[in-house]
Amino acid sequence: MTVRSKRTALLGRFLTHAVLLLFVVFSLFPVWQVVNISLRPGNQLLSTSLELIPTGATFENYVRLFTEADFLRWLWNSTFVSLVVTVTGVVFASMAGYGFSRFRFAGRNIGLLSLLTTQMFPATMLLLPMYIMLIKLGLINSYLGVVIVYSATALPFCIWTMKGYYDTIPVSLEEAARIDGCTHFSAFYRVILPLAAPALVITALFSFMAAWSEYLVAAQILQDTRLWTLPLGLKSFESSMSTEWGMYGAGSLVVMVPVVLLFLALSRWLVSGLTLGSVKG
Amino acid sequence: MYTRRDRMFIAFLVVPSFILLGAVVLYPFIYNLILSFGNMNLTRIRDWQIIGIRQYVKILTEPMQPGFYDIFFKTIIWTVVNVVFHVTLGVFLALLLNQKVRGKSIYRTLLIIPWAIPQYIVALTWRGMFNYEYGAINLILTKYLSLPAVEWLKSPTEAFIACILTNIWLGFPFMMVVALGALQSIPQELYEAADIDGATWYHKLTKVTIPLIRPVMVPAITLGMIWTFNSLNIIWLVTNTGEPSDKTHILVSFVYKAAFNFYNFSQAAALSIFIFLILLTFSLIFMRRSKATEAAY
Repeated sequence: MTVRSKRTALLGRFLTHAVLLLFVVFSLFPVWQVVNISLRPGNQLLSTSLELIPTGATFENYVRLFTEADFLRWLWNSTFVSLVVTVTGVVFASMAGYGFSRFRFAGRNIGLLSLLTTQMFPATMLLLPMYIMLIKLGLINSYLGVVIVYSATALPFCIWTMKGYYDTIPVSLEEAARIDGCTHFSAFYRVILPLAAPALVITALFSFMAAWSEYLVAAQILQDTRLWTLPLGLKSFESSMSTEWGMYGAGSLVVMVPVVLLFLALSRWLVSGLTLGSVKG
Repeated sequence: MYTRRDRMFIAFLVVPSFILLGAVVLYPFIYNLILSFGNMNLTRIRDWQIIGIRQYVKILTEPMQPGFYDIFFKTIIWTVVNVVFHVTLGVFLALLLNQKVRGKSIYRTLLIIPWAIPQYIVALTWRGMFNYEYGAINLILTKYLSLPAVEWLKSPTEAFIACILTNIWLGFPFMMVVALGALQSIPQELYEAADIDGATWYHKLTKVTIPLIRPVMVPAITLGMIWTFNSLNIIWLVTNTGEPSDKTHILVSFVYKAAFNFYNFSQAAALSIFIFLILLTFSLIFMRRSKATEAAY
């Protein structure tokens, strides 16, 4: 290698890192903002400085979050709703995905196509009829309503993901199990389901996030403050911007850290699930 | 072809999901369709009637505030600008990360973070950052770049740009990760062969890289278009329900407003059907053109 090409290679590497770092700063900037706001003492919430850590940083907002606000109640409500949606998603998608992957039955193609079509529904198309139905049934302010809507939005994607993953597992495994005397169900339950663990994890994560991070549906259905989930609670801090901005920061951080970590840990699988579901079908 | 027991098993697997989806997807869809031909609003929630296609005609011909065509035009801009930025930034970063870079997995992890944060938190945080006096964006503009502060949230154009910026930030990691996956599956020999033929980096990009990541990118872009067209959170929360005076809406946020703030249920239903038909037509054309459907079946 000549000196000249070595130098361009070095320059290239330097530029690569510079650009990547620039984008990392861009990605992390809002996160830093949330951290910064959550640490500000009460008298500096509306500060115009851009220090990395605010002067007089304190955990006061976190303490107030758990003692003065209804945060624990929202946390419990959100956890409950999200877990119910997760269980629903995993049970239904793992079964239906298997059916779509292994069997050719009447209505299979229509079923798969209609699952894709649901991705083109605007949110209001499902929300409005449900909302009117819930009003008529007197079910506004009940978790049943939100759980149904969340499951409905998450399920099509979950079924596609599961189907895509089952497609990659050789059929000969079940055939072997069947020859050894397994029933259809136990071949599915004992042999295939454990192998599909990565896809099950994605399905679970996706259903959980669909419920954990949802604001617009909850805002219409859960109007009673005792039923509020985390998004509604955090939004209420923001609405009274000047007074509760610090608690908003603290609350957001508590809400997002677990899901962000979970997401990062699983991101590799999430993408393979996505591409399997959409490309290979 | 299947025995009775086989058929029972298939039914056991698939029927529960079909019933659930029928109840929560098919039924609302049909109800929505019927509603769009009616005249239901808050005062007529129980004694509404079918009035034919009047809602559709009204949307397309009657001037309303803001006008349908304005909103439609803005939705197109919103979708195209966002997706173009998502794809360009995503592919660009994926190309950088696909080299031998030290700390690659750390970069990758940090760059995914915008995708991982719940959307409503993203929207509310950026709304705070666009605040005129105390928001970080204006502080950077005035303190470090000596530019005048911008009234981000008070005028329609600036508020719309603020939403687009937020959404670009939010969406590029998805495209980056998809593109990275596609890049990693390109066999290295192709580049070696191109090197032997004396190809420049530009030729390698246009003749090797782009054609080979296309089959993966096209479905991802279609999906991205649909998601962006349908994305409600950012507009709704960054502009706080469409401020100033409902001038920042895209179609979906306007439907949400029509339904839940103005209680024009039938009008909202008709608009929902419009959106659905637009997206359906678009996806069919786009997928057929790119022949990606061949791979899907």
